[in-house]
Amino acid sequence: MAETIDLKLHVWRQNGPKDAGRFEDYSQYARGISTHASFLEFLDVVNERLVLDNKEPIMFDHDCREGICGMCGMVVNGEPHGPQKATTTCQLHMRSFRSGEELWVEPWRASAFPVIRDLSVDRGAFERIIQAGGYITARSGAAPDANAIPIAKSLADEAMDAATCIGCGACVAACPNASASLFMSAKIGHLNSLPQGQAERDKRTLAMVAQHEKEGFGSCSNHYLCEAACPKEISIRWIARMNRDLLSAAISYKPAEQRAGGDGLSWV
Amino acid sequence: MLKAEPLPLLATGAGKKAAVAVTGTILYGFVFAHAVGNLQVFLGPETINAYGAMLHSMPKALWGARLVLLGSVVTHAALAMNIYAGAKAARPTRYKVNAPIAEQSILQRYARQTMILSGPIVMAYLIFHLAHLTAGAVPGLPFKEGDVYGNLVRGFQNPAVAVSYIVANLLLGLHLFHGGVALFQTLGLRHPQWDARTRPIAFLVTAVVTFTNVIIPTAILTGLIGSELR
Repeated sequence: MAETIDLKLHVWRQNGPKDAGRFEDYSQYARGISTHASFLEFLDVVNERLVLDNKEPIMFDHDCREGICGMCGMVVNGEPHGPQKATTTCQLHMRSFRSGEELWVEPWRASAFPVIRDLSVDRGAFERIIQAGGYITARSGAAPDANAIPIAKSLADEAMDAATCIGCGACVAACPNASASLFMSAKIGHLNSLPQGQAERDKRTLAMVAQHEKEGFGSCSNHYLCEAACPKEISIRWIARMNRDLLSAAISYKPAEQRAGGDGLSWV
Repeated sequence: MLKAEPLPLLATGAGKKAAVAVTGTILYGFVFAHAVGNLQVFLGPETINAYGAMLHSMPKALWGARLVLLGSVVTHAALAMNIYAGAKAARPTRYKVNAPIAEQSILQRYARQTMILSGPIVMAYLIFHLAHLTAGAVPGLPFKEGDVYGNLVRGFQNPAVAVSYIVANLLLGLHLFHGGVALFQTLGLRHPQWDARTRPIAFLVTAVVTFTNVIIPTAILTGLIGSELR
């Protein structure tokens, strides 16, 4: 038998990016919530009750509800994705809360993530950082043999640790500077660790860092709250590695048009 | 495809931070050497005055070092303020509930949260310190060129001066502790084999500097040394 709990619920309501926004008290719609419900199911229930009461439902982002897509995310009592470690909002269950507990639910707060409505924010900045260099340029055609390029298991595992980033934005939400360093470093580090990523290594690092700057994210000042908030537990070691890659790229990288000759031997 | 032109290193957050880390390391090295050198005050007036005279006997090296330090302080502070302004613009709103988010020690939390506060306070202290013991330009505090021991002792016999030095140096300690750990991250100098050691080493070096800088005014204020000049 599922227990039910009553919550003192405050939700951020904002009509659009330009609206000032404010908290609304929805405690009357947050009674008798099953502890088996996920946080998003809890909001679904609140929304149904709001609609029955002729009120606008709360808008929030969600997709897979399995903790793997990176679409959901909201700040619950000051913590991105709520109080449970290594858990996305959709995988957070209401048994994490006590009956009578006060909940303040807000969107990710960052200038680079403008609020679309209520708890939904525009994370297009992440897409543009990926577009700037979060890929490898490969010939299309038949799929290459799976083991054509030998990669050590330890290296593959390490790259996978970075690749588990789902791009949800909790790192930005947790950071007092709204820096996207953890996201960016995971995406850079995942490709820069592998043989396939080496050809565009410097260019990728410089381009993605430049795009991060252009999007108006802050810079990392080593508070390390991103790592604690990350539902995929991406390590801040990736930021250190990105810093190293950036410094070495800044020293050695020359764009093609600045390279005289083009055979790489112009200095001879 | 989106074309993002590479930015000059000092136009990127990580590049600015790297410059802050490098200048910070220079200043860290100076503060350590300065503190250890000053321990000679415990060996009596002749020793520390001779040490001061020795440093002043090499004006080129002295002014070279001063220029490097001045450049480092200015770069360090200017970039830090620039980064801080960028961070405020990136995150103008705070959350309703101020949750700790990460489990961190009180020392670590306090050190990182007061970085931007301890910076300006340490800067104010630094200006006072230079006016007091290098230029001798603080009204009411006696200063005699070349008498390092006498200037130090007479300054710290004033409780207000001694206490402000002690407070400023405790804040400087927090600043150095956070900076000493953070610089390895910022410059990408991390390795699984060193990581476990960087924090204890930064703590130890910072503890030596802070203890030295606090014990000198304390010893003078309590009359442990310099009571003959009272």
